[in-house]
Amino acid sequence: MSEHQHHIKLPEGSIEKQTTTLNLGPTHPATHGVFQNILELDGERIVSSEQTVGYIHRAFEKLAERRPLYQITPITDRLNYCSSPLNNMGWHITCEKLLNIQTPKRVDYLRVIIMELARIADHLICNSIVGVDAGAFTGFVYVMEYRELIYEIYEEVCGSRLTTNIGRIGGFERNFSNTAFEKLEKFLREYPKVLKEFENLFTRNRIFMDRLVGTGAISAERALNYGFTGPNLRAAGVDYDVRVHAPYSSYQDFDFIVPVGNTGDNYDRFLVRNEEMWQSLSIIEQAYRKVQEFKGADAEVFHANVPEYYLPEKKEVYTKMEALIWHFKIIMGETAIPKGEVYNAVEGANGELGFYLISDGGRTPYRLHFRRPCFIYYQAYGELTKGAMLSDAIITMSSLNLIAGELDA
Amino acid sequence: MSLTNDRIKQRLIEKFGEPVSGFEELYGLLSFEAPKEMNLKILQFLFDDDELKFRFLTDLCAVNYPDDKGRELAVVYHLHNLVDNIRLRFKVFTNVQEPDVFTASKLFSSANWMERETYDFFGVNFIGHPNLKRILNVDEMDYFPLRKEYPLEDQTRIDKDDAMFGRGGTIV
Repeated sequence: MSEHQHHIKLPEGSIEKQTTTLNLGPTHPATHGVFQNILELDGERIVSSEQTVGYIHRAFEKLAERRPLYQITPITDRLNYCSSPLNNMGWHITCEKLLNIQTPKRVDYLRVIIMELARIADHLICNSIVGVDAGAFTGFVYVMEYRELIYEIYEEVCGSRLTTNIGRIGGFERNFSNTAFEKLEKFLREYPKVLKEFENLFTRNRIFMDRLVGTGAISAERALNYGFTGPNLRAAGVDYDVRVHAPYSSYQDFDFIVPVGNTGDNYDRFLVRNEEMWQSLSIIEQAYRKVQEFKGADAEVFHANVPEYYLPEKKEVYTKMEALIWHFKIIMGETAIPKGEVYNAVEGANGELGFYLISDGGRTPYRLHFRRPCFIYYQAYGELTKGAMLSDAIITMSSLNLIAGELDA
Repeated sequence: MSLTNDRIKQRLIEKFGEPVSGFEELYGLLSFEAPKEMNLKILQFLFDDDELKFRFLTDLCAVNYPDDKGRELAVVYHLHNLVDNIRLRFKVFTNVQEPDVFTASKLFSSANWMERETYDFFGVNFIGHPNLKRILNVDEMDYFPLRKEYPLEDQTRIDKDDAMFGRGGTIV
């Protein structure tokens, strides 16, 4: 017996250690992304934790320094890939601000439609994953079908689904087809019913509430200090929304409510996201009505007149000299960007998505920095989960809507 | 009356005088700079002042200007006053030999990781930071990749010369 014991060499002090170390991630099904949490556990309670990020860092900011503006759009796709169109639009709007481009109203409204669809797609994933992590898979299956429908609308507009690269500086690559509008109408008709059903499943569900109410809570003051934005900040009771505070893309033309919570816990985050989906639906309806008001030639407007930056239609490239020249200059990245320094933010699905763009007059940005909301608020995870049960920490992680792509840039 | 850029400028000059300089208004956003030793004093003043109330740190990052001797690195703070809904940009410059800047992480918890990121990519040494180590890159890395001295592409490729990107280079 004693012979055997001599073969096991335990590290110094490990017998006396009262806590267990658990590696949650980097690849763990419950983290829904590639990041690591090293948790110190006392039984099932978290004593302390350390976050490690950067597993899928792809040097976006460095890459952007050698790319003309239009080639940076696909990079932005890969930030928060659950709502790529929001990132794309944010980037286009930043460029337009630097270049002083005014977009036509119709373009703004079409963009609003796409952005709000992306917000719904993002929130429905986030909220249904919260359900999955609490043990309720059904809701996820209900809403997934409608994310598919949203993706079909993107596909109709830009040809791709997940990493959309949608739109261009100045507007869209093509006008919305009738099929796109039909699919949008179908979505507007059917989704409210499903969302209602989804809410019926969860909102007052005893088990679900027991798991979410009071877990992962943060006060408004701490949330602000931690740089929270978006639904996570609003759940803590601060009504900060970029769409209202600094309207872009004609958001001032729409009526909507900014839902706020008050406890900043997982349940409030869930409720805020659900309500935001209803608000987004209403915004899309308003925008669609406004789009329908454009008749005749006005209904054909889908981009601003900025030949220096807007890729001309292929048909024109083959038949018109000017279009060919612009096409060549844009593709070769030969258009100089005016000197300037601009910070522009949009309301991303999980917070304020900012672009800090510095141009020195070259053909590519001198420096581009992305303000990635979830990189900033993930710092609070340690504080949010301290003293919590391991299973609650999992829900907290999914209800914060962490997206590894955005975290690591 | 809500806060205006002119009023912020006036308050800063009243309080700090000469050292606060380089006021600019680009696209409506007030921007200024100060000596790096003063960064915390200014951030604290902007935070505490009852009129200014810049209590939200939106963004913190760095920019490298290798040709600007003695001011090679800029640390850029974007602050937001959520009550009056006004933003500002504040920069401090440091030389690259001694890139020491005081940490803002005591004032803003959000600065913790943003400063680690800035250290990771630019090597800005944030004095007093509780855990200043690399965050996105591997710990073994021995350079600061976003500095301009580390070019992106293979240097033997002439089609990727700076001249192709409109700023000097070797091709004439």
